[in-house]
Amino acid sequence: MKLLEINNIKKTFDDLEVLKDISISVSEGEVVSILGPSGSGKSTLLRCATLLETMDAGTLKYGGETVCEDVDGKSVYVSKSKIKKIKNYFGLVFQNFNLFPHYTVIKNICDAPIHIQKRDKKEVEAEAMSLLEQMGISDKVDYYPCQLSGGQQQRVAIARALAMNPKILFFDEPTSALDPELTSEILKVLRYLASKKMTMVIVTHEIDFARNVSDRVIFMDDGYIVEQGKPEDVIDNPENDRVRAFLNKLK
Amino acid sequence: MRAPARAFLSKGVNMKKKPIIAIAVFVALLIPATLSACGFSGDSEGGVISWLFYTISQLSSGIWLSLALFAFTLIFSMPLGLLVCFLRRSRFKVVELLAKFYISVMRGTPLMLQLLVVYFGPYYVFKIPLSTEYNFYAAIIGFSLNYAAYFAEIYRSGIEAVPKGQYEASDVLGYSRSQTFMKIVFPQMVRHIIPPVTNEIITLVKDTSLAFAIAFVEMFTMAKQLAAADSNIMPLFVAGLFYYLFNLIVSFVMGLLEKKMNYYQK
Repeated sequence: MKLLEINNIKKTFDDLEVLKDISISVSEGEVVSILGPSGSGKSTLLRCATLLETMDAGTLKYGGETVCEDVDGKSVYVSKSKIKKIKNYFGLVFQNFNLFPHYTVIKNICDAPIHIQKRDKKEVEAEAMSLLEQMGISDKVDYYPCQLSGGQQQRVAIARALAMNPKILFFDEPTSALDPELTSEILKVLRYLASKKMTMVIVTHEIDFARNVSDRVIFMDDGYIVEQGKPEDVIDNPENDRVRAFLNKLK
Repeated sequence: MRAPARAFLSKGVNMKKKPIIAIAVFVALLIPATLSACGFSGDSEGGVISWLFYTISQLSSGIWLSLALFAFTLIFSMPLGLLVCFLRRSRFKVVELLAKFYISVMRGTPLMLQLLVVYFGPYYVFKIPLSTEYNFYAAIIGFSLNYAAYFAEIYRSGIEAVPKGQYEASDVLGYSRSQTFMKIVFPQMVRHIIPPVTNEIITLVKDTSLAFAIAFVEMFTMAKQLAAADSNIMPLFVAGLFYYLFNLIVSFVMGLLEKKMNYYQK
């Protein structure tokens, strides 16, 4: 089943055309990595998919449910109440975590499931504890984010997103604010989630990680997808010159 | 499990005794003011204590009026400021411009003039006769309208200091706009604005003396009258002592609040 379908998305900021014509679909259990140079539109694509930005043209569907349709080359979104429901479908992990600094770890994780999704408090808290255990930070329950390392903060942010029980999880350069040691902590968590068949779309610069973990790699440049396919094909034997040049610089 | 968090919280809650002395002196000075309300007064000819007792009992009704004006102005201007701040941040350009205009007038003209407008306005515009009680209400209205403008801008600075990422995180988690404000933005804003709000409150304590412009006889006006009647400047210094001690208490309380809000870092 297709969890996410984006077709012919276009997005322009002022005069800058960031996304030119991109279509992407993600199936259940699939791990997709999006690679590409800075300014290629990776983050904007993720922000459009998570409704932080509205797209100018194109369609967006989650699990077959329409979020926006293309009417005469313009994206038309469904009603606010429908969008509110669809927001339960996905989660997003940010580059700089964006934890709520005035909430403890447990409150960061539990507040939205309890007060937005209106789930049972005890059940949510038990689930949060088990998530923190899986993340290896069950001893940090009552800490404030400022008392944690960057890697720990990002693991809390991942737990916060997972506590909403999303069907698909987006990561916007989840390790870019971290040093190599902390980066490996987070990649370990992502590998673990992949092994649990969590559907994930990950924007990353970690090429080795993308090759080892993802089912599919998408390479973006200048608002287009220039190459996509199995990681061993795209990363080890790229057809496109631009992809080859980018990957060579990383090696 | 909670121990480290608590150790972090208790950091820096080491209070000095000075403000407690200020509170004690302030309360002690209020005793004559309270006693005079029961018909008890000191002597202008006796010793220092007796004289102080006399001066304070003469000022007593003004002291209470100043405190009342201060308290009511805070109670009304702080929420009103939040409303003005919302209007100032409105998506509708017209509303935003109106709020900007309001703030510019309130900040750009003398408070004394604004008090006169509030006081005489009803008479000149609607021919409503001036009553003697109205000057108290006019003072509260004038001060509240003026301070709301300042508070609005302080709140705005506090709101804008909250990083954009906080809004994005709440949006993705499904918080509505009002939930985001109440749960995520407001608590962080409060922490940002405590120092400038303390400034405003201290200014307000001293500004209450401007109410004399509309014949509102508060403490400082009384002290001036007493000084004139007795040909003695000392009553003015007694009034000054009251302002100073009260402001010591204000900064002490706000300092406590600031420490209480320090339970997290950005």
